[in-house]
Amino acid sequence: MESVKVLDAKGLACPMPIVKTRKAIQEINAGEILEVHATDKGAKSDLAAWAKSGGHELLKDTQEGDVLKFWIKKA
Amino acid sequence: MTDKKKTTIILFSGDYDKAMAAYIIANGAAAYDHEVTIFHTFWGLNALRKDNQVPVKKGFMEKMFGKMMPRGVDKMGLSKMNYLGMGPKMIKNVMKKHNAMPLPDLVNMAQEQEVKLLACTMTMDLLGLQKEELLDNIDYGGVAAYVGDSEDANITLFI
Repeated sequence: MESVKVLDAKGLACPMPIVKTRKAIQEINAGEILEVHATDKGAKSDLAAWAKSGGHELLKDTQEGDVLKFWIKKA
Repeated sequence: MTDKKKTTIILFSGDYDKAMAAYIIANGAAAYDHEVTIFHTFWGLNALRKDNQVPVKKGFMEKMFGKMMPRGVDKMGLSKMNYLGMGPKMIKNVMKKHNAMPLPDLVNMAQEQEVKLLACTMTMDLLGLQKEELLDNIDYGGVAAYVGDSEDANITLFI
């Protein structure tokens, strides 16, 4: 999956992953993909809900060790 | 006018933990592109105080209130397990370990995200707090300002 931007939110606690994701998604164009890396265990529910509310599409999420990775397509 | 969603929070409490909850929710809602207002009343006003002493003219009672109340969020106690100020020290250590944002930073972040920080002027008078003692770039109002922001809000909380 081709992401135009990778946001490193590893080590950040609530509410920072969402705050940073919002900032990062403002910097890309509609249809482009933002990749987010986070270690906050709540990030999966948080980012899924956040993306849904903003109309963005959570294309995929994976877990590699402690790191959760997300691919969000901007609406 | 705008189709933006809104969140309003009444911060009545002057405890570190409760103020932290209010500011985390405010920042989270701002990240959802909500228009966010925090209405600070009674002890919640202390969250808006500058941490330095500001020379203003005050009566005896007002001076006493000013001395007894925390000057800004970082000086607040915990609502539970305060242990004469040991509690906040411990929680700040734990927060550092877990990379949670300290409360003063959450307040700055809220201002950066254009959260409207509203100070209740009636309780400012009661507690003897003056505009000069509170943070810059905040709003002042009363119940009408709060209700005005809340009547079409999607989320409203009392903390």
